[in-house]
Amino acid sequence: MALTLSDVKRIAHLARIEITEGEAEHTLGQLNDIFVLIERLQSVDTSQIEPMSHPLGGSQRLREDAASNPDIRDVVLGNAPAQQEGLFLVPKVIE
Amino acid sequence: MSAADLSRKSVAELGRALSARSVSAVELARSYLERIERHQDLNAFLEVRPEVTLAQARAADARIARGEATPLTGVPIAHKDIFVTRDFASTASSRMLKGYMSPFDATVVEKLAGAGMVSLGKLNCDEFAMGSSNENSAYGNVLNPWDKTAVPGGSSGGSAAAVAARIAPAATATDTGGSIREPAGFSGITGIKPTYGRASRWGMIAFASSLDQAGIMTQSAEDAALIFNAMLGFDPKDSTSVERPAEDYTRALNSDLKGLRIGVPKEFFGEGLQQDVEKAVREALAEYVKLGAKLVDISLPNAELGIPVYYVIASAECSSNLSRFDGVRYGHRAAQYGDLIDMIKKSRKEGFGPEPRRRILIGTYVLSHGYYDAYYIQAQKVRRIIADEFQQAFTQCDIIAGPVSTSVAFGFGEKSADPVSMYLSDLYTIPGSLAGIPGMSIPCGFGVKNRPVGLQLMSNYFEEAKLLGVAHRYQQATDWHLRIPKDYI
Repeated sequence: MALTLSDVKRIAHLARIEITEGEAEHTLGQLNDIFVLIERLQSVDTSQIEPMSHPLGGSQRLREDAASNPDIRDVVLGNAPAQQEGLFLVPKVIE
Repeated sequence: MSAADLSRKSVAELGRALSARSVSAVELARSYLERIERHQDLNAFLEVRPEVTLAQARAADARIARGEATPLTGVPIAHKDIFVTRDFASTASSRMLKGYMSPFDATVVEKLAGAGMVSLGKLNCDEFAMGSSNENSAYGNVLNPWDKTAVPGGSSGGSAAAVAARIAPAATATDTGGSIREPAGFSGITGIKPTYGRASRWGMIAFASSLDQAGIMTQSAEDAALIFNAMLGFDPKDSTSVERPAEDYTRALNSDLKGLRIGVPKEFFGEGLQQDVEKAVREALAEYVKLGAKLVDISLPNAELGIPVYYVIASAECSSNLSRFDGVRYGHRAAQYGDLIDMIKKSRKEGFGPEPRRRILIGTYVLSHGYYDAYYIQAQKVRRIIADEFQQAFTQCDIIAGPVSTSVAFGFGEKSADPVSMYLSDLYTIPGSLAGIPGMSIPCGFGVKNRPVGLQLMSNYFEEAKLLGVAHRYQQATDWHLRIPKDYI
Protein backbone atom coordinates (compact mmCIF):
# COMPACT_ATOMS: atom_id res chain seq x y z
CA MET A 1 0.00 0.00 0.00
CA ALA A 2 1.55 3.30 -1.06
CA LEU A 3 0.95 6.66 0.57
CA THR A 4 -0.47 9.52 -1.47
CA LEU A 5 0.41 13.20 -1.47
CA SER A 6 -2.73 13.98 0.51
CA ASP A 7 -1.72 11.35 3.13
CA VAL A 8 1.60 13.13 3.61
CA LYS A 9 -0.09 16.51 4.01
CA ARG A 10 -2.62 15.06 6.44
CA ILE A 11 0.11 13.39 8.54
CA ALA A 12 2.16 16.59 8.57
CA HIS A 13 -0.89 18.47 9.82
CA LEU A 14 -1.51 15.86 12.54
CA ALA A 15 2.18 16.10 13.52
CA ARG A 16 1.97 19.92 13.50
CA ILE A 17 4.82 20.36 11.06
CA GLU A 18 4.46 22.87 8.24
CA ILE A 19 5.15 21.34 4.83
CA THR A 20 5.21 22.93 1.38
CA GLU A 21 3.90 21.23 -1.77
CA GLY A 22 7.46 20.53 -2.98
CA GLU A 23 8.58 19.15 0.38
CA ALA A 24 5.49 16.94 0.56
CA GLU A 25 6.34 15.44 -2.85
CA HIS A 26 9.95 14.79 -1.87
CA THR A 27 8.86 13.31 1.47
CA LEU A 28 6.27 11.11 -0.23
CA GLY A 29 8.98 9.27 -2.18
CA GLN A 30 11.13 8.76 0.91
CA LEU A 31 8.24 7.56 3.09
CA ASN A 32 7.11 5.11 0.44
CA ASP A 33 10.64 3.66 0.23
CA ILE A 34 10.60 3.21 4.01
CA PHE A 35 7.13 1.67 3.94
CA VAL A 36 8.29 -0.92 1.39
CA LEU A 37 10.66 -2.06 4.16
CA ILE A 38 7.97 -1.84 6.83
CA GLU A 39 5.41 -3.79 4.80
CA ARG A 40 7.59 -6.90 5.20
CA LEU A 41 6.20 -7.21 8.71
CA GLN A 42 2.75 -8.00 7.34
CA SER A 43 3.86 -11.45 6.17
CA VAL A 44 4.80 -12.64 9.68
CA ASP A 45 2.23 -14.83 11.44
CA THR A 46 1.81 -13.23 14.86
CA SER A 47 -1.59 -14.64 15.74
CA GLN A 48 -0.25 -16.35 18.89
CA ILE A 49 2.14 -13.59 19.95
CA GLU A 50 1.65 -10.97 22.65
CA PRO A 51 2.90 -7.48 21.75
CA MET A 52 6.14 -6.49 23.52
CA SER A 53 6.03 -2.95 24.83
CA HIS A 54 9.03 -3.11 27.16
CA PRO A 55 12.11 -5.36 27.10
CA LEU A 56 11.66 -6.62 30.65
CA GLY A 57 7.87 -6.70 30.80
CA GLY A 58 6.17 -6.01 34.08
CA SER A 59 4.09 -3.03 34.96
CA GLN A 60 5.06 0.59 35.20
CA ARG A 61 6.21 1.55 38.68
CA LEU A 62 4.27 4.38 40.30
CA ARG A 63 5.55 6.89 42.81
CA GLU A 64 4.01 9.12 45.43
CA ASP A 65 2.48 12.22 43.91
CA ALA A 66 4.61 14.59 45.92
CA ALA A 67 6.38 17.78 44.89
CA SER A 68 10.14 17.30 45.00
CA ASN A 69 11.58 20.20 43.06
CA PRO A 70 12.63 23.39 44.73
CA ASP A 71 11.26 26.61 43.32
CA ILE A 72 12.92 26.79 39.92
CA ARG A 73 10.31 28.92 38.16
CA ASP A 74 12.76 31.56 36.99
CA VAL A 75 15.21 28.99 35.58
CA VAL A 76 12.39 27.26 33.74
CA LEU A 77 10.98 30.51 32.39
CA GLY A 78 14.45 31.53 31.30
CA ASN A 79 14.22 28.95 28.51
CA ALA A 80 10.85 30.21 27.24
CA PRO A 81 10.85 31.90 23.82
CA ALA A 82 8.43 34.53 25.17
CA GLN A 83 7.47 35.19 28.79
CA GLN A 84 6.20 38.00 30.93
CA GLU A 85 5.51 38.33 34.65
CA GLY A 86 6.03 34.62 35.26
CA LEU A 87 3.79 33.49 32.40
CA PHE A 88 4.44 31.85 29.02
CA LEU A 89 3.24 34.05 26.17
CA VAL A 90 1.33 32.54 23.23
CA PRO A 91 -0.80 34.02 20.45
CA LYS A 92 -4.35 34.84 21.44
CA VAL A 93 -6.49 31.67 21.47
CA ILE A 94 -9.81 32.97 22.86
CA GLU A 95 -11.64 35.75 21.08
CA MET B 1 54.23 13.15 32.53
CA SER B 2 53.95 14.79 29.11
CA ALA B 3 50.56 15.68 27.65
CA ALA B 4 50.90 12.95 25.01
CA ASP B 5 51.73 10.40 27.72
CA LEU B 6 48.67 11.41 29.70
CA SER B 7 46.38 11.14 26.68
CA ARG B 8 47.40 7.52 26.15
CA LYS B 9 46.51 6.51 29.69
CA SER B 10 43.39 4.51 30.34
CA VAL B 11 40.79 5.54 32.91
CA ALA B 12 42.15 2.86 35.25
CA GLU B 13 45.73 4.17 34.88
CA LEU B 14 44.66 7.79 35.32
CA GLY B 15 42.78 6.87 38.49
CA ARG B 16 45.92 5.22 39.87
CA ALA B 17 48.16 8.15 38.87
CA LEU B 18 45.77 10.57 40.58
CA SER B 19 45.61 8.61 43.79
CA ALA B 20 49.42 8.25 43.80
CA ARG B 21 49.53 12.05 43.33
CA SER B 22 51.82 11.71 40.31
CA VAL B 23 49.41 13.98 38.46
CA SER B 24 46.74 16.36 39.76
CA ALA B 25 43.18 16.57 38.49
CA VAL B 26 43.81 20.17 37.46
CA GLU B 27 46.92 19.23 35.44
CA LEU B 28 44.97 16.45 33.80
CA ALA B 29 42.00 18.68 32.98
CA ARG B 30 44.32 21.35 31.51
CA SER B 31 46.08 18.76 29.40
CA TYR B 32 42.81 17.46 27.95
CA LEU B 33 41.41 20.97 27.41
CA GLU B 34 44.53 21.77 25.38
CA ARG B 35 44.13 18.63 23.28
CA ILE B 36 40.46 19.43 22.67
CA GLU B 37 41.41 22.90 21.47
CA ARG B 38 44.19 21.58 19.26
CA HIS B 39 41.87 19.09 17.56
CA GLN B 40 38.84 21.29 17.05
CA ASP B 41 38.72 20.29 13.39
CA LEU B 42 37.10 16.98 14.44
CA ASN B 43 34.04 18.99 15.60
CA ALA B 44 33.53 16.40 18.33
CA PHE B 45 32.71 18.95 21.03
CA LEU B 46 29.72 21.29 20.93
CA GLU B 47 30.59 23.14 24.10
CA VAL B 48 33.66 23.43 26.31
CA ARG B 49 33.82 25.72 29.35
CA PRO B 50 37.32 25.56 30.84
CA GLU B 51 36.30 27.48 33.98
CA VAL B 52 33.62 24.86 34.78
CA THR B 53 35.98 21.95 34.08
CA LEU B 54 38.82 23.45 36.14
CA ALA B 55 36.51 24.18 39.09
CA GLN B 56 35.44 20.52 39.10
CA ALA B 57 39.09 19.46 38.85
CA ARG B 58 40.03 21.64 41.85
CA ALA B 59 37.21 20.05 43.84
CA ALA B 60 38.49 16.61 42.82
CA ASP B 61 42.02 17.47 43.98
CA ALA B 62 40.64 18.62 47.33
CA ARG B 63 38.71 15.36 47.65
CA ILE B 64 41.82 13.31 46.86
CA ALA B 65 43.76 15.33 49.46
CA ARG B 66 41.06 14.54 52.03
CA GLY B 67 41.47 10.84 51.28
CA GLU B 68 37.87 10.52 50.05
CA ALA B 69 38.58 9.68 46.43
CA THR B 70 36.93 6.92 44.40
CA PRO B 71 38.92 5.19 41.61
CA LEU B 72 37.37 7.76 39.22
CA THR B 73 37.94 10.98 41.17
CA GLY B 74 39.70 13.52 38.98
CA VAL B 75 39.40 11.46 35.79
CA PRO B 76 37.94 13.55 32.94
CA ILE B 77 34.87 12.49 30.98
CA ALA B 78 32.78 14.16 28.28
CA HIS B 79 29.02 13.82 27.81
CA LYS B 80 26.98 13.19 24.71
CA ASP B 81 24.74 16.20 24.23
CA ILE B 82 21.67 14.05 24.81
CA PHE B 83 22.25 14.20 28.57
CA VAL B 84 21.02 17.42 30.10
CA THR B 85 23.51 19.37 32.20
CA ARG B 86 23.22 22.46 34.34
CA ASP B 87 26.67 23.78 33.51
CA PHE B 88 26.59 23.40 29.72
CA ALA B 89 23.85 24.02 27.15
CA SER B 90 21.87 20.88 26.27
CA THR B 91 20.88 20.83 22.61
CA ALA B 92 20.51 17.20 21.41
CA SER B 93 22.46 18.61 18.42
CA SER B 94 19.23 20.26 17.30
CA ARG B 95 18.44 23.80 16.31
CA MET B 96 15.27 23.24 18.36
CA LEU B 97 17.22 23.34 21.63
CA LYS B 98 19.98 25.83 20.74
CA GLY B 99 21.20 27.38 23.97
CA TYR B 100 18.80 25.40 26.19
CA MET B 101 19.93 25.48 29.83
CA SER B 102 18.61 22.59 31.89
CA PRO B 103 17.54 23.30 35.47
CA PHE B 104 19.04 19.93 36.50
CA ASP B 105 21.68 17.33 35.62
CA ALA B 106 20.77 13.95 34.11
CA THR B 107 21.11 11.16 36.68
CA VAL B 108 23.99 9.60 34.73
CA VAL B 109 25.85 12.93 34.75
CA GLU B 110 25.10 13.42 38.43
CA LYS B 111 26.29 9.93 39.38
CA LEU B 112 29.58 10.28 37.50
CA ALA B 113 30.15 13.74 38.99
CA GLY B 114 29.32 12.22 42.37
CA ALA B 115 32.19 9.76 41.89
CA GLY B 116 34.44 12.76 41.24
CA MET B 117 34.72 12.60 37.43
CA VAL B 118 35.51 15.94 35.83
CA SER B 119 33.35 17.03 32.91
CA LEU B 120 35.16 18.22 29.78
CA GLY B 121 32.01 19.40 28.00
CA LYS B 122 29.31 18.28 25.61
CA LEU B 123 29.73 16.11 22.55
CA ASN B 124 28.20 16.36 19.10
CA CYS B 125 25.80 13.63 17.95
CA ASP B 126 23.03 13.04 15.44
CA GLU B 127 20.03 15.28 16.08
CA PHE B 128 17.95 13.75 18.90
CA ALA B 129 20.21 10.67 18.50
CA MET B 130 18.62 9.83 15.16
CA GLY B 131 21.21 8.66 12.68
CA SER B 132 24.09 6.32 11.94
CA SER B 133 26.74 8.74 10.69
CA ASN B 134 26.46 11.91 12.77
CA GLU B 135 25.57 13.72 9.52
CA ASN B 136 22.21 14.72 11.03
CA SER B 137 23.67 17.14 13.57
CA ALA B 138 22.49 20.75 13.26
CA TYR B 139 26.05 21.72 14.25
CA GLY B 140 28.04 20.05 11.52
CA ASN B 141 29.74 16.75 10.78
CA VAL B 142 32.12 15.02 13.15
CA LEU B 143 35.22 13.64 11.40
CA ASN B 144 36.54 10.13 11.92
CA PRO B 145 40.03 10.48 13.47
CA TRP B 146 41.27 7.47 11.44
CA ASP B 147 40.27 9.00 8.13
CA LYS B 148 38.79 12.45 7.92
CA THR B 149 36.88 11.59 4.76
CA ALA B 150 34.91 8.96 6.70
CA VAL B 151 32.00 9.32 9.11
CA PRO B 152 32.67 8.44 12.77
CA GLY B 153 29.36 6.55 12.93
CA GLY B 154 26.29 7.67 14.81
CA SER B 155 24.42 8.69 16.63
CA SER B 156 27.17 8.95 19.30
CA GLY B 157 29.72 10.17 16.71
CA GLY B 158 31.22 12.92 18.87
CA SER B 159 31.70 10.51 21.77
CA ALA B 160 33.39 7.95 19.51
CA ALA B 161 35.68 10.46 17.78
CA ALA B 162 36.68 12.07 21.10
CA VAL B 163 37.74 8.75 22.63
CA ALA B 164 39.44 7.57 19.41
CA ALA B 165 41.46 10.79 19.15
CA ARG B 166 42.25 10.62 22.89
CA ILE B 167 40.79 14.08 23.48
CA ALA B 168 38.65 12.48 26.21
CA PRO B 169 39.57 9.30 28.13
CA ALA B 170 35.91 8.28 28.22
CA ALA B 171 32.57 9.58 26.98
CA THR B 172 28.95 8.86 27.77
CA ALA B 173 26.79 7.76 24.86
CA THR B 174 23.31 6.43 24.21
CA ASP B 175 22.04 3.51 22.17
CA THR B 176 18.53 3.17 20.73
CA GLY B 177 19.27 0.91 17.74
CA GLY B 178 23.06 0.77 17.69
CA SER B 179 24.16 4.32 18.46
CA ILE B 180 26.96 3.17 20.77
CA ARG B 181 28.16 -0.01 19.05
CA GLU B 182 28.20 1.27 15.46
CA PRO B 183 30.24 4.45 16.09
CA ALA B 184 32.53 2.53 18.48
CA GLY B 185 33.15 0.06 15.64
CA PHE B 186 33.65 2.76 13.00
CA SER B 187 36.02 4.70 15.25
CA GLY B 188 38.04 1.76 16.62
CA ILE B 189 37.18 2.06 20.30
CA THR B 190 35.29 0.13 22.99
CA GLY B 191 31.59 0.88 23.48
CA ILE B 192 28.97 -0.88 25.58
CA LYS B 193 25.26 -0.52 26.21
CA PRO B 194 23.95 -2.32 29.30
CA THR B 195 20.62 -4.12 29.74
CA TYR B 196 17.66 -1.81 29.17
CA GLY B 197 16.76 -0.36 32.56
CA ARG B 198 20.27 -0.45 34.08
CA ALA B 199 21.17 3.18 33.36
CA SER B 200 18.73 5.89 34.34
CA ARG B 201 16.95 7.66 31.50
CA TRP B 202 16.23 10.66 33.74
CA GLY B 203 17.60 13.70 31.95
CA MET B 204 18.40 11.79 28.76
CA ILE B 205 16.53 13.70 26.07
CA ALA B 206 13.97 11.10 24.97
CA PHE B 207 13.90 9.59 21.47
CA ALA B 208 12.30 6.13 21.74
CA SER B 209 11.64 5.40 25.39
CA SER B 210 11.28 1.60 25.20
CA LEU B 211 14.70 1.37 23.50
CA ASP B 212 16.84 4.30 24.70
CA GLN B 213 19.65 3.20 26.96
CA ALA B 214 22.78 4.99 28.15
CA GLY B 215 26.20 3.41 27.94
CA ILE B 216 29.86 4.29 27.80
CA MET B 217 32.71 4.63 25.32
CA THR B 218 36.25 4.00 26.47
CA GLN B 219 39.65 2.71 25.36
CA SER B 220 39.03 -0.67 26.98
CA ALA B 221 36.53 -3.04 28.58
CA GLU B 222 38.26 -2.62 31.92
CA ASP B 223 37.61 1.14 31.83
CA ALA B 224 33.97 0.57 30.92
CA ALA B 225 33.57 -1.77 33.92
CA LEU B 226 35.08 0.82 36.27
CA ILE B 227 32.75 3.54 35.01
CA PHE B 228 29.68 1.27 35.07
CA ASN B 229 30.31 0.80 38.80
CA ALA B 230 29.57 4.50 39.29
CA MET B 231 27.11 5.09 36.46
CA LEU B 232 24.49 2.33 36.63
CA GLY B 233 21.88 1.59 39.26
CA PHE B 234 18.28 2.04 40.24
CA ASP B 235 16.78 5.50 39.90
CA PRO B 236 13.30 6.17 41.28
CA LYS B 237 13.02 9.09 38.83
CA ASP B 238 12.97 6.71 35.83
CA SER B 239 9.83 4.57 35.75
CA THR B 240 11.57 1.83 33.71
CA SER B 241 14.69 1.72 35.88
CA VAL B 242 15.41 -1.79 37.13
CA GLU B 243 15.51 -2.34 40.87
CA ARG B 244 18.46 -4.65 41.57
CA PRO B 245 21.27 -4.61 44.11
CA ALA B 246 24.49 -2.77 43.16
CA GLU B 247 27.10 -4.88 41.38
CA ASP B 248 30.84 -4.78 40.88
CA TYR B 249 31.15 -4.83 37.10
CA THR B 250 34.88 -5.51 37.32
CA ARG B 251 34.38 -8.81 39.17
CA ALA B 252 34.57 -11.08 36.12
CA LEU B 253 37.27 -9.24 34.15
CA ASN B 254 39.78 -12.03 34.63
CA SER B 255 37.44 -14.99 34.26
CA ASP B 256 38.80 -17.97 32.41
CA LEU B 257 37.36 -18.39 28.94
CA LYS B 258 37.87 -22.16 28.95
CA GLY B 259 34.63 -23.81 27.88
CA LEU B 260 32.89 -20.50 27.12
CA ARG B 261 30.34 -21.12 24.37
CA ILE B 262 30.32 -18.30 21.83
CA GLY B 263 27.25 -18.36 19.61
CA VAL B 264 27.84 -17.23 16.04
CA PRO B 265 24.55 -16.31 14.33
CA LYS B 266 24.61 -17.37 10.68
CA GLU B 267 22.29 -14.47 9.79
CA PHE B 268 25.09 -12.04 10.71
CA PHE B 269 27.37 -13.47 8.03
CA GLY B 270 25.00 -13.40 5.10
CA GLU B 271 24.79 -11.38 1.94
CA GLY B 272 25.79 -7.77 2.45
CA LEU B 273 28.64 -8.43 4.87
CA GLN B 274 31.81 -7.01 3.35
CA GLN B 275 34.79 -9.34 3.04
CA ASP B 276 37.21 -7.13 4.95
CA VAL B 277 34.87 -7.00 7.94
CA GLU B 278 34.19 -10.74 7.80
CA LYS B 279 37.91 -11.51 7.72
CA ALA B 280 38.69 -9.40 10.81
CA VAL B 281 35.71 -10.80 12.71
CA ARG B 282 36.57 -14.42 11.85
CA GLU B 283 40.14 -13.80 13.03
CA ALA B 284 38.80 -12.45 16.32
CA LEU B 285 36.64 -15.55 16.72
CA ALA B 286 39.72 -17.71 16.06
CA GLU B 287 41.55 -15.78 18.78
CA TYR B 288 38.75 -16.68 21.19
CA VAL B 289 39.16 -20.33 20.27
CA LYS B 290 42.86 -20.01 21.13
CA LEU B 291 41.82 -18.55 24.48
CA GLY B 292 39.75 -21.64 25.22
CA ALA B 293 36.27 -20.71 23.97
CA LYS B 294 34.12 -22.93 21.75
CA LEU B 295 32.23 -21.58 18.75
CA VAL B 296 28.61 -22.71 18.39
CA ASP B 297 26.50 -22.14 15.28
CA ILE B 298 23.27 -20.42 16.23
CA SER B 299 20.39 -18.90 14.33
CA LEU B 300 18.35 -15.74 14.84
CA PRO B 301 15.94 -16.37 11.96
CA ASN B 302 13.94 -13.13 12.24
CA ALA B 303 16.76 -10.79 13.23
CA GLU B 304 16.69 -9.18 9.78
CA LEU B 305 13.13 -8.03 10.45
CA GLY B 306 14.63 -5.91 13.21
CA ILE B 307 14.99 -2.94 10.88
CA PRO B 308 11.31 -2.65 9.92
CA VAL B 309 10.26 -3.35 13.53
CA TYR B 310 12.63 -0.67 14.72
CA TYR B 311 11.50 1.98 12.26
CA VAL B 312 7.88 1.47 13.31
CA ILE B 313 8.46 1.41 17.08
CA ALA B 314 11.22 4.01 17.31
CA SER B 315 9.37 6.39 14.97
CA ALA B 316 6.08 5.96 16.86
CA GLU B 317 7.76 6.66 20.18
CA CYS B 318 9.71 9.60 18.76
CA SER B 319 6.58 11.21 17.32
CA SER B 320 5.07 11.02 20.78
CA ASN B 321 8.18 12.17 22.68
CA LEU B 322 8.96 15.05 20.32
CA SER B 323 5.40 16.40 20.49
CA ARG B 324 6.57 18.35 23.56
CA PHE B 325 8.49 20.74 21.30
CA ASP B 326 5.85 23.33 20.50
CA GLY B 327 7.74 26.62 20.81
CA VAL B 328 5.83 27.56 23.96
CA ARG B 329 7.74 26.56 27.10
CA TYR B 330 11.22 26.05 25.66
CA GLY B 331 12.93 25.45 22.37
CA HIS B 332 12.81 27.27 19.06
CA ARG B 333 9.93 29.56 18.16
CA ALA B 334 9.50 30.85 14.60
CA ALA B 335 9.96 34.60 14.16
CA GLN B 336 6.84 35.07 12.03
CA TYR B 337 3.52 33.30 12.55
CA GLY B 338 -0.25 33.72 12.60
CA ASP B 339 -2.33 31.83 15.14
CA LEU B 340 -1.21 29.27 17.74
CA ILE B 341 -1.34 26.24 15.43
CA ASP B 342 0.62 28.16 12.79
CA MET B 343 3.21 29.11 15.40
CA ILE B 344 3.63 25.46 16.45
CA LYS B 345 3.82 24.19 12.86
CA LYS B 346 6.38 26.79 11.77
CA SER B 347 8.47 26.39 14.93
CA ARG B 348 8.62 22.60 14.49
CA LYS B 349 9.46 22.88 10.82
CA GLU B 350 12.32 25.28 11.49
CA GLY B 351 13.52 23.68 14.74
CA PHE B 352 13.73 20.06 13.58
CA GLY B 353 16.10 18.88 10.86
CA PRO B 354 14.98 16.55 8.04
CA GLU B 355 15.57 13.23 9.90
CA PRO B 356 13.52 13.98 13.03
CA ARG B 357 10.80 15.43 10.79
CA ARG B 358 10.78 12.28 8.67
CA ARG B 359 10.60 10.00 11.70
CA ILE B 360 7.87 12.07 13.33
CA LEU B 361 5.82 11.69 10.14
CA ILE B 362 6.37 7.90 10.00
CA GLY B 363 5.46 7.63 13.67
CA THR B 364 2.38 9.81 13.36
CA TYR B 365 1.18 7.67 10.48
CA VAL B 366 1.71 4.27 12.16
CA LEU B 367 -0.08 5.52 15.27
CA SER B 368 -2.97 7.09 13.39
CA HIS B 369 -6.52 5.78 13.41
CA GLY B 370 -6.90 2.65 11.32
CA TYR B 371 -3.16 1.86 11.12
CA TYR B 372 -2.26 1.35 14.77
CA ASP B 373 -2.94 -2.41 14.84
CA ALA B 374 -1.55 -3.10 11.39
CA TYR B 375 1.77 -1.35 12.03
CA TYR B 376 2.46 -0.55 15.66
CA ILE B 377 0.97 -3.63 17.33
CA GLN B 378 2.30 -5.90 14.58
CA ALA B 379 5.80 -4.44 15.10
CA GLN B 380 5.55 -5.00 18.85
CA LYS B 381 4.63 -8.64 18.19
CA VAL B 382 7.55 -9.22 15.84
CA ARG B 383 9.74 -7.50 18.44
CA ARG B 384 8.78 -10.27 20.86
CA ILE B 385 9.57 -12.95 18.27
CA ILE B 386 13.06 -11.49 17.88
CA ALA B 387 13.56 -11.22 21.67
CA ASP B 388 12.40 -14.85 22.11
CA GLU B 389 14.90 -16.00 19.48
CA PHE B 390 17.70 -14.52 21.57
CA GLN B 391 16.45 -16.48 24.59
CA GLN B 392 16.41 -19.63 22.48
CA ALA B 393 19.98 -18.90 21.33
CA PHE B 394 21.19 -18.35 24.90
CA THR B 395 20.18 -21.91 25.77
CA GLN B 396 22.98 -22.99 23.38
CA CYS B 397 25.63 -20.39 24.13
CA ASP B 398 26.88 -17.95 26.78
CA ILE B 399 27.83 -15.03 24.54
CA ILE B 400 26.84 -14.09 20.99
CA ALA B 401 29.51 -12.69 18.68
CA GLY B 402 29.51 -11.25 15.18
CA PRO B 403 30.20 -8.10 13.20
CA VAL B 404 28.91 -4.72 14.39
CA SER B 405 28.27 -3.43 10.88
CA THR B 406 28.30 -4.78 7.34
CA SER B 407 31.17 -2.46 6.37
CA VAL B 408 33.83 -0.22 7.82
CA ALA B 409 33.01 3.50 8.16
CA PHE B 410 31.58 4.93 4.95
CA GLY B 411 32.34 8.32 3.43
CA PHE B 412 30.44 11.57 3.97
CA GLY B 413 27.41 11.83 1.71
CA GLU B 414 27.55 8.17 0.64
CA LYS B 415 24.28 7.26 2.34
CA SER B 416 22.78 10.53 3.50
CA ALA B 417 20.60 11.04 0.41
CA ASP B 418 18.92 7.65 0.79
CA PRO B 419 17.35 7.08 4.23
CA VAL B 420 16.72 3.36 3.57
CA SER B 421 20.39 2.61 2.84
CA MET B 422 21.35 4.55 6.00
CA TYR B 423 18.80 2.57 8.04
CA LEU B 424 20.29 -0.71 6.80
CA SER B 425 23.64 0.14 8.45
CA ASP B 426 22.10 -0.91 11.78
CA LEU B 427 21.21 -4.42 10.60
CA TYR B 428 23.30 -6.23 13.24
CA THR B 429 22.84 -3.87 16.16
CA ILE B 430 19.06 -3.33 16.11
CA PRO B 431 18.04 -6.90 17.12
CA GLY B 432 19.90 -6.65 20.46
CA SER B 433 18.38 -3.22 21.12
CA LEU B 434 14.88 -4.57 20.49
CA ALA B 435 15.50 -7.42 22.92
CA GLY B 436 17.02 -4.98 25.42
CA ILE B 437 20.11 -7.12 26.08
CA PRO B 438 23.63 -5.80 26.70
CA GLY B 439 25.83 -5.33 23.65
CA MET B 440 29.27 -4.05 22.99
CA SER B 441 31.76 -3.33 20.26
CA ILE B 442 35.49 -3.85 20.62
CA PRO B 443 38.17 -3.09 18.01
CA CYS B 444 39.33 -6.23 16.19
CA GLY B 445 41.35 -5.06 13.21
CA PHE B 446 41.28 -2.88 10.13
CA GLY B 447 39.50 -3.20 6.81
CA VAL B 448 39.59 -1.34 3.52
CA LYS B 449 41.29 2.08 3.52
CA ASN B 450 42.73 1.11 6.89
CA ARG B 451 39.45 1.90 8.66
CA PRO B 452 38.68 0.08 11.95
CA VAL B 453 36.52 -3.03 12.27
CA GLY B 454 34.43 -3.72 15.38
CA LEU B 455 33.57 -7.09 16.90
CA GLN B 456 30.10 -7.18 18.42
CA LEU B 457 29.60 -9.16 21.63
CA MET B 458 26.21 -9.64 23.27
CA SER B 459 25.16 -11.34 26.50
CA ASN B 460 21.86 -12.21 28.09
CA TYR B 461 20.07 -9.74 30.39
CA PHE B 462 22.06 -8.50 33.40
CA GLU B 463 25.26 -10.29 32.38
CA GLU B 464 27.32 -7.15 31.74
CA ALA B 465 30.08 -8.35 34.08
CA LYS B 466 30.50 -11.56 32.09
CA LEU B 467 30.37 -9.65 28.80
CA LEU B 468 33.03 -7.19 29.97
CA GLY B 469 35.22 -10.09 31.08
CA VAL B 470 34.96 -11.76 27.67
CA ALA B 471 35.99 -8.47 26.04
CA HIS B 472 38.79 -7.85 28.53
CA ARG B 473 40.41 -11.23 27.95
CA TYR B 474 40.54 -10.52 24.21
CA GLN B 475 42.06 -7.11 24.90
CA GLN B 476 44.73 -8.73 27.06
CA ALA B 477 45.65 -11.06 24.21
CA THR B 478 45.54 -8.45 21.42
CA ASP B 479 46.47 -4.80 21.01
CA TRP B 480 43.85 -3.46 18.58
CA HIS B 481 42.32 -1.34 21.35
CA LEU B 482 45.68 0.34 21.98
CA ARG B 483 46.08 1.56 18.40
CA ILE B 484 45.74 5.32 18.05
CA PRO B 485 45.13 7.19 14.79
CA LYS B 486 48.47 8.67 13.66
CA ASP B 487 47.52 12.35 13.92
CA TYR B 488 46.59 11.90 17.58
CA ILE B 489 49.52 9.98 19.05
